[in-house]
Amino acid sequence: MKALVCVKRVIDYNVKPRVKSDGTGVDLANVKMSMNPFDEIAVEEAIRLKEKGVVTEIIALSVGPAKAQETLRTALAMGADRAVLVQVDDGVEVEPLAVAKIVKGVAEEEGVSLIITGKQAIDDDSNQVGQMVAALMGRPQGTFAGEVTVDGDHVIVKREVDGGLETVKLALPAVVTTDLRLNEPRYASLPNIMKAKSKPMAIKAAADYGVDIAPRLKTLKVSEPPVRSAGIKVADVDALVAKLKEMGIPA
Amino acid sequence: MKTLVWVEHDNSSVKDATLAVVTAASQIGEVHLLVAGSGCKGVADEAAKIAGVGKVHLADDAAYANALAENVAPLVAGLMASHDAFVVPATTTGKNIAPRVAALLDVMQVSDILSVEGPKTFTRPIYAGNAIATVESSDAKLVITVRGTAFAKAEATGGSGTVEAVSGPSDSGLSSFVGSEIAKSERPELTSAKIIVSGGRALKDAETFTATIFPLADKLGAAVGASRAAVDAGYVPNDYQVGQTGKIVAPQVYIAVGISGAIQHLAGMKDSKTIIAINKDEDAPIFQVADIGLVADLFVAVPELTGKL
Repeated sequence: MKALVCVKRVIDYNVKPRVKSDGTGVDLANVKMSMNPFDEIAVEEAIRLKEKGVVTEIIALSVGPAKAQETLRTALAMGADRAVLVQVDDGVEVEPLAVAKIVKGVAEEEGVSLIITGKQAIDDDSNQVGQMVAALMGRPQGTFAGEVTVDGDHVIVKREVDGGLETVKLALPAVVTTDLRLNEPRYASLPNIMKAKSKPMAIKAAADYGVDIAPRLKTLKVSEPPVRSAGIKVADVDALVAKLKEMGIPA
Repeated sequence: MKTLVWVEHDNSSVKDATLAVVTAASQIGEVHLLVAGSGCKGVADEAAKIAGVGKVHLADDAAYANALAENVAPLVAGLMASHDAFVVPATTTGKNIAPRVAALLDVMQVSDILSVEGPKTFTRPIYAGNAIATVESSDAKLVITVRGTAFAKAEATGGSGTVEAVSGPSDSGLSSFVGSEIAKSERPELTSAKIIVSGGRALKDAETFTATIFPLADKLGAAVGASRAAVDAGYVPNDYQVGQTGKIVAPQVYIAVGISGAIQHLAGMKDSKTIIAINKDEDAPIFQVADIGLVADLFVAVPELTGKL
Protein backbone atom coordinates (compact mmCIF):
# COMPACT_ATOMS: atom_id res chain seq x y z
CA MET A 1 0.00 0.00 0.00
CA LYS A 2 1.00 3.59 -0.59
CA ALA A 3 1.79 5.99 2.24
CA LEU A 4 1.61 9.77 2.10
CA VAL A 5 3.73 11.74 4.56
CA CYS A 6 3.18 15.46 5.04
CA VAL A 7 6.17 17.62 5.89
CA LYS A 8 6.43 21.32 6.69
CA ARG A 9 9.40 23.66 6.43
CA VAL A 10 9.65 25.53 9.72
CA ILE A 11 12.14 27.48 11.79
CA ASP A 12 14.79 25.10 13.14
CA TYR A 13 13.82 23.92 16.61
CA ASN A 14 17.14 25.11 18.06
CA VAL A 15 16.59 28.71 16.98
CA LYS A 16 14.93 31.08 19.41
CA PRO A 17 12.26 32.95 17.42
CA ARG A 18 12.33 36.74 17.55
CA VAL A 19 9.18 38.78 17.22
CA LYS A 20 9.44 41.55 14.59
CA SER A 21 9.49 45.01 16.11
CA ASP A 22 6.47 46.08 14.04
CA GLY A 23 4.39 43.28 15.56
CA THR A 24 3.50 41.67 12.22
CA GLY A 25 5.05 38.30 12.91
CA VAL A 26 8.23 36.41 13.68
CA ASP A 27 11.44 37.34 11.89
CA LEU A 28 12.37 34.48 9.55
CA ALA A 29 14.95 36.36 7.45
CA ASN A 30 18.32 34.58 7.51
CA VAL A 31 17.04 32.10 10.07
CA LYS A 32 17.92 28.43 9.80
CA MET A 33 14.91 26.44 8.57
CA SER A 34 14.41 22.68 8.90
CA MET A 35 11.81 19.97 8.62
CA ASN A 36 9.22 20.16 11.41
CA PRO A 37 10.52 17.62 13.99
CA PHE A 38 7.18 15.81 14.29
CA ASP A 39 7.15 15.41 10.49
CA GLU A 40 10.63 13.84 10.58
CA ILE A 41 9.11 11.24 12.90
CA ALA A 42 6.29 10.77 10.35
CA VAL A 43 8.78 10.18 7.52
CA GLU A 44 10.76 7.75 9.68
CA GLU A 45 7.62 5.78 10.56
CA ALA A 46 6.66 5.45 6.90
CA ILE A 47 10.17 4.21 6.07
CA ARG A 48 10.05 1.66 8.87
CA LEU A 49 6.70 0.40 7.56
CA LYS A 50 8.25 0.10 4.13
CA GLU A 51 11.22 -1.80 5.56
CA LYS A 52 8.72 -4.19 7.17
CA GLY A 53 7.15 -4.74 3.76
CA VAL A 54 3.84 -3.15 4.77
CA VAL A 55 4.19 0.02 2.73
CA THR A 56 5.24 -0.24 -0.91
CA GLU A 57 5.73 3.40 -1.82
CA ILE A 58 6.21 6.59 0.17
CA ILE A 59 5.12 9.94 -1.25
CA ALA A 60 6.26 13.04 0.62
CA LEU A 61 4.04 16.11 0.37
CA SER A 62 4.69 19.68 1.38
CA VAL A 63 2.57 22.78 1.03
CA GLY A 64 4.85 25.80 1.06
CA PRO A 65 7.21 28.11 -0.79
CA ALA A 66 9.74 27.02 -3.45
CA LYS A 67 12.31 26.53 -0.70
CA ALA A 68 10.19 23.73 0.77
CA GLN A 69 11.82 21.65 -1.98
CA GLU A 70 14.79 21.39 0.40
CA THR A 71 12.53 19.91 3.06
CA LEU A 72 11.17 17.41 0.54
CA ARG A 73 14.72 16.51 -0.56
CA THR A 74 15.46 15.74 3.08
CA ALA A 75 12.45 13.40 3.15
CA LEU A 76 13.67 11.78 -0.07
CA ALA A 77 17.18 11.41 1.36
CA MET A 78 15.74 9.72 4.45
CA GLY A 79 13.95 7.21 2.22
CA ALA A 80 10.76 8.58 0.67
CA ASP A 81 10.33 7.52 -2.97
CA ARG A 82 9.00 10.68 -4.57
CA ALA A 83 7.73 14.09 -3.63
CA VAL A 84 4.94 16.54 -4.37
CA LEU A 85 5.29 20.23 -3.61
CA VAL A 86 2.13 22.27 -3.67
CA GLN A 87 3.85 25.58 -4.08
CA VAL A 88 2.68 28.94 -2.79
CA ASP A 89 4.31 32.35 -3.03
CA ASP A 90 7.01 33.26 -0.53
CA GLY A 91 5.54 34.67 2.64
CA VAL A 92 2.11 33.12 2.09
CA GLU A 93 0.99 31.10 5.08
CA VAL A 94 -1.51 28.38 4.31
CA GLU A 95 -3.81 27.60 7.21
CA PRO A 96 -4.36 24.03 8.44
CA LEU A 97 -7.87 23.81 6.95
CA ALA A 98 -6.58 24.65 3.45
CA VAL A 99 -3.57 22.36 3.90
CA ALA A 100 -5.94 19.55 4.88
CA LYS A 101 -7.99 20.10 1.71
CA ILE A 102 -4.83 19.89 -0.39
CA VAL A 103 -3.68 16.75 1.42
CA LYS A 104 -7.07 15.20 0.70
CA GLY A 105 -6.69 16.10 -2.98
CA VAL A 106 -3.25 14.52 -3.24
CA ALA A 107 -4.25 11.48 -1.20
CA GLU A 108 -7.23 10.78 -3.45
CA GLU A 109 -5.25 11.36 -6.63
CA GLU A 110 -2.55 8.98 -5.45
CA GLY A 111 -4.89 6.43 -3.85
CA VAL A 112 -2.94 6.19 -0.59
CA SER A 113 -3.98 3.93 2.28
CA LEU A 114 -2.06 5.59 5.07
CA ILE A 115 -1.44 9.28 5.69
CA ILE A 116 1.16 10.08 8.33
CA THR A 117 1.87 13.58 9.57
CA GLY A 118 3.33 15.28 12.62
CA LYS A 119 0.84 16.07 15.37
CA GLN A 120 1.68 19.75 15.13
CA ALA A 121 4.10 22.14 13.46
CA ILE A 122 6.42 23.99 15.82
CA ASP A 123 5.72 27.37 14.22
CA ASP A 124 1.95 27.88 14.44
CA ASP A 125 1.41 25.06 17.00
CA SER A 126 -2.09 24.45 15.62
CA ASN A 127 -2.32 20.65 15.91
CA GLN A 128 -5.11 20.38 13.33
CA VAL A 129 -4.11 19.09 9.90
CA GLY A 130 -4.26 15.33 10.51
CA GLN A 131 -7.64 15.44 12.22
CA MET A 132 -9.01 17.72 9.48
CA VAL A 133 -7.77 15.45 6.68
CA ALA A 134 -9.45 12.49 8.37
CA ALA A 135 -12.72 14.45 8.70
CA LEU A 136 -12.70 15.69 5.11
CA MET A 137 -12.02 12.19 3.77
CA GLY A 138 -14.46 10.52 6.16
CA ARG A 139 -11.67 8.28 7.44
CA PRO A 140 -10.50 7.40 10.98
CA GLN A 141 -7.67 9.14 12.81
CA GLY A 142 -4.99 7.94 15.20
CA THR A 143 -3.59 11.10 16.75
CA PHE A 144 -0.51 11.52 18.96
CA ALA A 145 0.77 8.07 18.01
CA GLY A 146 3.37 6.38 20.19
CA GLU A 147 3.18 3.04 18.35
CA VAL A 148 1.77 2.10 14.94
CA THR A 149 1.06 -1.45 13.82
CA VAL A 150 -0.58 -2.35 10.54
CA ASP A 151 -2.71 -5.48 10.83
CA GLY A 152 -4.31 -6.51 7.54
CA ASP A 153 -6.86 -3.88 6.60
CA HIS A 154 -6.57 -2.11 9.96
CA VAL A 155 -3.96 -0.04 11.73
CA ILE A 156 -3.59 -0.24 15.49
CA VAL A 157 -2.40 2.98 17.07
CA LYS A 158 -1.23 3.38 20.64
CA ARG A 159 -1.90 7.03 21.47
CA GLU A 160 -0.22 9.24 24.03
CA VAL A 161 -3.10 10.73 26.02
CA ASP A 162 -3.18 12.90 29.14
CA GLY A 163 -3.51 10.09 31.63
CA GLY A 164 -1.23 7.59 29.90
CA LEU A 165 -1.78 5.52 26.78
CA GLU A 166 -4.87 4.56 24.77
CA THR A 167 -5.09 2.06 21.94
CA VAL A 168 -7.47 2.38 19.00
CA LYS A 169 -8.04 0.20 15.96
CA LEU A 170 -8.72 2.03 12.71
CA ALA A 171 -10.01 0.76 9.38
CA LEU A 172 -7.65 1.64 6.50
CA PRO A 173 -7.33 4.08 4.80
CA ALA A 174 -6.51 6.07 7.92
CA VAL A 175 -4.65 9.13 9.15
CA VAL A 176 -1.96 8.89 11.82
CA THR A 177 -0.35 11.87 13.57
CA THR A 178 2.95 11.33 15.32
CA ASP A 179 4.01 12.12 18.85
CA LEU A 180 7.58 12.48 20.07
CA ARG A 181 8.30 8.96 21.18
CA LEU A 182 7.05 7.06 18.15
CA ASN A 183 10.59 6.63 16.84
CA GLU A 184 13.95 8.32 16.46
CA PRO A 185 14.33 9.63 12.92
CA ARG A 186 17.44 8.55 11.03
CA TYR A 187 19.97 10.90 9.56
CA ALA A 188 20.26 10.78 5.80
CA SER A 189 23.58 9.29 4.68
CA LEU A 190 25.68 11.13 2.10
CA PRO A 191 25.04 8.55 -0.67
CA ASN A 192 21.30 8.81 0.05
CA ILE A 193 21.45 12.60 -0.08
CA MET A 194 23.07 12.28 -3.53
CA LYS A 195 20.49 9.71 -4.65
CA ALA A 196 17.64 11.94 -3.45
CA LYS A 197 18.62 14.57 -5.99
CA SER A 198 17.42 12.35 -8.81
CA LYS A 199 14.19 11.20 -7.19
CA PRO A 200 11.07 12.66 -8.84
CA MET A 201 9.45 15.81 -7.45
CA ALA A 202 6.21 17.18 -8.89
CA ILE A 203 5.43 20.88 -8.46
CA LYS A 204 1.73 21.67 -8.21
CA ALA A 205 -0.53 24.53 -7.22
CA ALA A 206 -3.39 24.64 -4.74
CA ALA A 207 -5.71 25.41 -7.67
CA ASP A 208 -4.81 22.00 -9.18
CA TYR A 209 -6.81 20.54 -6.31
CA GLY A 210 -9.50 23.21 -6.41
CA VAL A 211 -8.49 24.55 -3.01
CA ASP A 212 -8.93 28.18 -2.00
CA ILE A 213 -6.07 29.09 0.34
CA ALA A 214 -7.42 32.49 1.39
CA PRO A 215 -6.98 32.70 5.17
CA ARG A 216 -9.96 32.53 7.51
CA LEU A 217 -8.05 33.91 10.45
CA LYS A 218 -6.60 37.39 10.40
CA THR A 219 -3.50 37.96 12.50
CA LEU A 220 -3.98 41.38 14.05
CA LYS A 221 -0.76 41.42 16.02
CA VAL A 222 2.16 39.28 17.14
CA SER A 223 3.81 40.25 20.39
CA GLU A 224 6.43 39.07 22.84
CA PRO A 225 5.12 36.98 25.70
CA PRO A 226 5.23 38.60 29.14
CA VAL A 227 8.77 38.30 30.42
CA ARG A 228 9.44 36.65 33.71
CA SER A 229 12.37 38.11 35.52
CA ALA A 230 14.84 36.25 37.65
CA GLY A 231 14.14 36.35 41.37
CA ILE A 232 16.47 35.73 44.24
CA LYS A 233 18.99 33.02 45.00
CA VAL A 234 19.03 31.50 48.44
CA ALA A 235 22.24 30.32 50.05
CA ASP A 236 21.20 26.96 51.39
CA VAL A 237 18.36 24.55 52.09
CA ASP A 238 17.53 26.21 55.40
CA ALA A 239 16.94 29.52 53.64
CA LEU A 240 14.74 27.76 51.06
CA VAL A 241 12.74 26.06 53.81
CA ALA A 242 12.26 29.48 55.46
CA LYS A 243 11.01 30.96 52.16
CA LEU A 244 8.59 28.07 51.67
CA LYS A 245 7.28 28.45 55.22
CA GLU A 246 6.66 32.16 54.52
CA MET A 247 4.47 31.02 51.63
CA GLY A 248 2.63 28.64 53.95
CA ILE A 249 4.22 25.49 52.58
CA PRO A 250 3.80 22.80 53.64
CA ALA A 251 0.27 23.70 54.61
CA MET B 1 -23.60 34.04 20.82
CA LYS B 2 -24.43 30.56 22.01
CA THR B 3 -21.48 28.39 22.95
CA LEU B 4 -21.33 24.63 23.24
CA VAL B 5 -18.69 23.51 25.73
CA TRP B 6 -17.22 20.01 25.59
CA VAL B 7 -17.40 18.50 29.06
CA GLU B 8 -14.31 16.44 29.78
CA HIS B 9 -15.25 13.42 31.88
CA ASP B 10 -14.67 9.72 32.43
CA ASN B 11 -18.35 8.73 32.34
CA SER B 12 -18.52 9.07 36.11
CA SER B 13 -17.46 12.61 36.99
CA VAL B 14 -16.67 15.99 35.42
CA LYS B 15 -12.95 16.62 34.99
CA ASP B 16 -11.48 19.84 36.27
CA ALA B 17 -10.30 20.88 32.80
CA THR B 18 -13.94 21.68 31.98
CA LEU B 19 -14.18 24.50 34.50
CA ALA B 20 -11.63 26.84 32.92
CA VAL B 21 -13.31 26.28 29.55
CA VAL B 22 -16.66 27.34 31.01
CA THR B 23 -15.02 30.61 32.08
CA ALA B 24 -13.59 31.15 28.59
CA ALA B 25 -16.94 30.34 26.97
CA SER B 26 -18.77 32.74 29.31
CA GLN B 27 -16.61 35.53 27.87
CA ILE B 28 -17.81 34.60 24.38
CA GLY B 29 -21.52 34.12 25.05
CA GLU B 30 -24.17 31.92 26.67
CA VAL B 31 -22.71 28.71 28.05
CA HIS B 32 -24.30 25.42 27.08
CA LEU B 33 -22.62 22.09 27.66
CA LEU B 34 -22.30 18.79 25.88
CA VAL B 35 -21.82 15.61 27.85
CA ALA B 36 -21.17 12.83 25.36
CA GLY B 37 -20.49 9.41 26.77
CA SER B 38 -22.04 6.18 27.86
CA GLY B 39 -23.98 5.80 31.12
CA CYS B 40 -23.02 9.39 31.89
CA LYS B 41 -26.30 10.83 33.22
CA GLY B 42 -24.55 11.48 36.55
CA VAL B 43 -21.92 13.56 34.75
CA ALA B 44 -24.63 15.69 33.15
CA ASP B 45 -26.33 16.24 36.52
CA GLU B 46 -22.99 17.25 38.02
CA ALA B 47 -22.17 19.52 35.06
CA ALA B 48 -25.56 21.27 35.37
CA LYS B 49 -24.42 22.54 38.78
CA ILE B 50 -21.43 24.44 37.33
CA ALA B 51 -22.00 28.15 37.90
CA GLY B 52 -23.37 30.04 34.91
CA VAL B 53 -24.39 27.04 32.85
CA GLY B 54 -27.56 26.96 30.74
CA LYS B 55 -28.59 23.83 28.93
CA VAL B 56 -26.65 20.58 29.31
CA HIS B 57 -26.98 18.40 26.25
CA LEU B 58 -26.64 14.76 27.22
CA ALA B 59 -25.70 12.35 24.45
CA ASP B 60 -25.70 8.93 26.06
CA ASP B 61 -24.75 6.20 23.62
CA ALA B 62 -22.32 3.29 23.73
CA ALA B 63 -20.69 4.78 20.61
CA TYR B 64 -19.59 7.81 22.63
CA ALA B 65 -18.15 5.85 25.57
CA ASN B 66 -14.51 6.52 24.74
CA ALA B 67 -14.94 9.83 22.94
CA LEU B 68 -13.79 8.40 19.62
CA ALA B 69 -13.51 11.42 17.33
CA GLU B 70 -15.05 9.52 14.41
CA ASN B 71 -18.27 9.05 16.40
CA VAL B 72 -18.37 12.23 18.42
CA ALA B 73 -17.47 14.82 15.76
CA PRO B 74 -20.64 14.28 13.64
CA LEU B 75 -22.74 14.59 16.83
CA VAL B 76 -21.11 17.93 17.64
CA ALA B 77 -21.33 19.14 14.05
CA GLY B 78 -25.07 18.45 14.17
CA LEU B 79 -25.52 20.38 17.42
CA MET B 80 -23.56 23.29 15.97
CA ALA B 81 -26.56 24.08 13.75
CA SER B 82 -28.01 25.80 16.81
CA HIS B 83 -24.78 27.05 18.44
CA ASP B 84 -22.21 29.63 17.37
CA ALA B 85 -19.04 28.39 19.04
CA PHE B 86 -17.71 24.97 20.03
CA VAL B 87 -15.37 25.48 22.96
CA VAL B 88 -13.10 22.65 24.05
CA PRO B 89 -10.31 22.14 26.58
CA ALA B 90 -6.88 21.78 24.98
CA THR B 91 -6.51 18.29 26.45
CA THR B 92 -5.57 15.31 24.31
CA THR B 93 -9.29 14.51 24.04
CA GLY B 94 -10.18 18.07 23.02
CA LYS B 95 -7.30 18.36 20.58
CA ASN B 96 -8.35 15.10 18.98
CA ILE B 97 -11.99 16.04 18.48
CA ALA B 98 -12.08 19.80 17.80
CA PRO B 99 -10.25 19.91 14.42
CA ARG B 100 -12.42 17.07 13.17
CA VAL B 101 -15.50 19.12 14.04
CA ALA B 102 -13.95 22.26 12.51
CA ALA B 103 -13.30 20.50 9.20
CA LEU B 104 -16.84 19.10 9.11
CA LEU B 105 -18.12 22.66 9.54
CA ASP B 106 -15.54 24.11 7.11
CA VAL B 107 -14.20 26.34 9.87
CA MET B 108 -10.61 27.25 10.68
CA GLN B 109 -10.08 26.34 14.33
CA VAL B 110 -8.43 28.73 16.79
CA SER B 111 -6.13 26.56 18.89
CA ASP B 112 -5.10 26.95 22.51
CA ILE B 113 -6.51 30.40 23.27
CA LEU B 114 -5.07 32.42 26.15
CA SER B 115 -7.65 35.20 26.23
CA VAL B 116 -10.87 36.42 24.65
CA GLU B 117 -10.28 39.89 23.19
CA GLY B 118 -13.52 40.38 21.28
CA PRO B 119 -16.49 38.43 19.88
CA LYS B 120 -14.22 36.66 17.38
CA THR B 121 -10.78 37.81 18.51
CA PHE B 122 -8.45 35.76 20.66
CA THR B 123 -4.81 35.53 21.69
CA ARG B 124 -2.91 32.29 21.29
CA PRO B 125 0.70 31.16 21.71
CA ILE B 126 2.81 30.37 18.64
CA TYR B 127 6.43 29.22 18.34
CA ALA B 128 6.26 27.26 21.61
CA GLY B 129 4.99 30.32 23.46
CA ASN B 130 7.85 32.52 22.25
CA ALA B 131 5.31 34.78 20.58
CA ILE B 132 1.66 35.58 21.22
CA ALA B 133 -0.60 36.11 18.21
CA THR B 134 -3.87 38.04 18.31
CA VAL B 135 -6.16 36.52 15.71
CA GLU B 136 -9.64 37.31 14.45
CA SER B 137 -11.83 34.67 12.86
CA SER B 138 -13.90 35.43 9.77
CA ASP B 139 -15.83 32.15 9.92
CA ALA B 140 -19.55 32.10 10.70
CA LYS B 141 -19.04 29.48 13.44
CA LEU B 142 -16.15 29.26 15.86
CA VAL B 143 -14.22 26.18 16.95
CA ILE B 144 -11.87 26.95 19.81
CA THR B 145 -9.57 24.99 22.09
CA VAL B 146 -8.76 26.63 25.41
CA ARG B 147 -5.53 26.56 27.38
CA GLY B 148 -6.83 25.72 30.83
CA THR B 149 -4.10 27.49 32.77
CA ALA B 150 -4.97 30.82 31.15
CA PHE B 151 -8.49 31.05 32.60
CA ALA B 152 -9.80 30.93 36.16
CA LYS B 153 -11.89 27.90 36.98
CA ALA B 154 -15.66 28.38 37.12
CA GLU B 155 -17.33 27.37 40.38
CA ALA B 156 -18.27 23.69 40.24
CA THR B 157 -21.48 24.34 42.16
CA GLY B 158 -24.17 26.99 42.36
CA GLY B 159 -25.44 26.64 38.79
CA SER B 160 -28.86 25.44 37.76
CA GLY B 161 -28.56 24.14 34.21
CA THR B 162 -31.18 21.88 32.70
CA VAL B 163 -30.27 18.50 31.28
CA GLU B 164 -31.73 17.65 27.89
CA ALA B 165 -31.13 14.38 26.05
CA VAL B 166 -29.85 14.63 22.48
CA SER B 167 -28.85 12.02 19.98
CA GLY B 168 -26.64 11.92 16.97
CA PRO B 169 -25.20 9.47 14.50
CA SER B 170 -24.20 6.22 16.15
CA ASP B 171 -21.08 4.14 15.64
CA SER B 172 -19.28 5.13 12.44
CA GLY B 173 -17.65 1.71 12.20
CA LEU B 174 -14.39 3.43 11.25
CA SER B 175 -12.61 3.02 14.55
CA SER B 176 -12.82 1.08 17.77
CA PHE B 177 -11.41 1.47 21.25
CA VAL B 178 -9.07 -1.36 22.17
CA GLY B 179 -7.92 -0.38 25.63
CA SER B 180 -6.04 2.06 27.75
CA GLU B 181 -3.19 2.12 30.22
CA ILE B 182 -4.04 4.97 32.51
CA ALA B 183 -1.66 5.38 35.40
CA LYS B 184 -3.35 5.25 38.79
CA SER B 185 -1.79 7.59 41.28
CA GLU B 186 -2.58 8.81 44.77
CA ARG B 187 -0.99 12.12 43.86
CA PRO B 188 -2.91 15.06 42.41
CA GLU B 189 -3.25 15.40 38.65
CA LEU B 190 -0.49 17.44 37.03
CA THR B 191 -2.75 19.94 35.32
CA SER B 192 -4.78 20.74 38.43
CA ALA B 193 -2.16 20.37 41.20
CA LYS B 194 -1.36 23.34 43.47
CA ILE B 195 2.25 22.24 43.84
CA ILE B 196 4.37 20.36 41.31
CA VAL B 197 7.80 18.85 41.83
CA SER B 198 9.49 18.20 38.49
CA GLY B 199 12.70 16.34 37.78
CA GLY B 200 15.11 16.57 34.88
CA ARG B 201 17.81 14.57 33.23
CA ALA B 202 20.17 15.17 36.16
CA LEU B 203 18.18 12.58 38.12
CA LYS B 204 20.31 9.87 36.40
CA ASP B 205 17.83 6.99 36.13
CA ALA B 206 14.32 5.81 37.03
CA GLU B 207 15.31 4.52 40.49
CA THR B 208 17.11 7.73 41.44
CA PHE B 209 14.23 9.84 40.11
CA THR B 210 11.77 7.88 42.22
CA ALA B 211 13.95 7.91 45.32
CA THR B 212 14.69 11.65 45.08
CA ILE B 213 11.60 13.35 43.69
CA PHE B 214 8.72 11.26 45.02
CA PRO B 215 9.42 11.71 48.78
CA LEU B 216 9.54 15.51 48.35
CA ALA B 217 6.33 15.47 46.31
CA ASP B 218 4.62 13.29 48.91
CA LYS B 219 5.72 15.58 51.72
CA LEU B 220 4.19 18.54 49.88
CA GLY B 221 1.11 16.75 48.57
CA ALA B 222 2.43 17.66 45.14
CA ALA B 223 2.07 16.21 41.66
CA VAL B 224 5.20 14.91 39.94
CA GLY B 225 6.33 16.22 36.57
CA ALA B 226 9.40 15.78 34.41
CA SER B 227 11.31 17.43 31.61
CA ARG B 228 11.26 15.95 28.14
CA ALA B 229 14.85 14.79 28.61
CA ALA B 230 13.87 12.81 31.71
CA VAL B 231 10.90 11.26 29.91
CA ASP B 232 12.91 10.41 26.79
CA ALA B 233 15.53 8.79 29.02
CA GLY B 234 12.78 6.60 30.47
CA TYR B 235 12.91 7.81 34.09
CA VAL B 236 9.12 8.28 34.13
CA PRO B 237 6.22 7.65 31.70
CA ASN B 238 5.32 10.15 28.98
CA ASP B 239 2.29 11.53 30.79
CA TYR B 240 4.64 13.17 33.34
CA GLN B 241 6.10 15.48 30.71
CA VAL B 242 5.74 19.21 31.27
CA GLY B 243 6.48 21.39 28.25
CA GLN B 244 5.20 22.68 24.96
CA THR B 245 4.74 19.16 23.64
CA GLY B 246 3.67 17.72 26.98
CA LYS B 247 1.40 19.24 29.60
CA ILE B 248 1.00 22.96 30.16
CA VAL B 249 0.83 23.66 33.89
CA ALA B 250 0.48 26.72 36.09
CA PRO B 251 0.48 25.65 39.73
CA GLN B 252 0.92 27.90 42.76
CA VAL B 253 4.41 26.49 43.24
CA TYR B 254 6.57 24.73 40.67
CA ILE B 255 9.76 23.15 41.97
CA ALA B 256 12.20 22.34 39.15
CA VAL B 257 14.86 19.89 40.28
CA GLY B 258 17.86 19.26 38.04
CA ILE B 259 16.09 20.87 35.09
CA SER B 260 18.24 23.16 32.97
CA GLY B 261 15.28 25.06 31.51
CA ALA B 262 15.10 24.41 27.77
CA ILE B 263 12.71 26.72 25.87
CA GLN B 264 10.48 23.71 25.32
CA HIS B 265 10.17 23.08 29.06
CA LEU B 266 9.75 26.73 30.04
CA ALA B 267 6.85 27.00 27.59
CA GLY B 268 4.98 24.46 29.70
CA MET B 269 5.47 25.95 33.16
CA LYS B 270 6.40 29.62 32.99
CA ASP B 271 2.93 30.74 34.05
CA SER B 272 3.36 29.07 37.43
CA LYS B 273 2.83 31.53 40.28
CA THR B 274 6.13 30.81 42.03
CA ILE B 275 8.98 28.91 40.41
CA ILE B 276 11.66 27.37 42.57
CA ALA B 277 14.77 25.92 40.92
CA ILE B 278 17.37 23.62 42.38
CA ASN B 279 20.32 23.06 40.06
CA LYS B 280 24.04 22.75 40.55
CA ASP B 281 24.81 24.80 37.42
CA GLU B 282 24.40 28.43 38.41
CA ASP B 283 24.23 29.44 34.73
CA ALA B 284 21.28 27.14 33.96
CA PRO B 285 18.55 29.08 32.08
CA ILE B 286 15.97 27.92 34.62
CA PHE B 287 17.38 30.50 37.06
CA GLN B 288 16.38 33.29 34.65
CA VAL B 289 12.72 32.54 35.30
CA ALA B 290 12.92 31.22 38.86
CA ASP B 291 11.60 33.31 41.73
CA ILE B 292 13.74 31.40 44.18
CA GLY B 293 16.90 29.64 43.11
CA LEU B 294 19.19 27.31 45.03
CA VAL B 295 22.52 26.44 43.46
CA ALA B 296 23.28 23.07 44.98
CA ASP B 297 23.84 19.40 44.31
CA LEU B 298 20.29 18.08 44.14
CA PHE B 299 21.27 14.72 45.60
CA VAL B 300 22.22 16.51 48.82
CA ALA B 301 19.74 19.39 48.77
CA VAL B 302 16.52 17.53 47.92
CA PRO B 303 16.72 14.89 50.68
CA GLU B 304 17.70 17.65 53.12
CA LEU B 305 14.73 19.75 51.99
CA THR B 306 12.39 16.78 52.30
CA GLY B 307 13.70 16.15 55.81
CA LYS B 308 13.37 19.74 56.98
CA LEU B 309 9.88 20.50 55.68
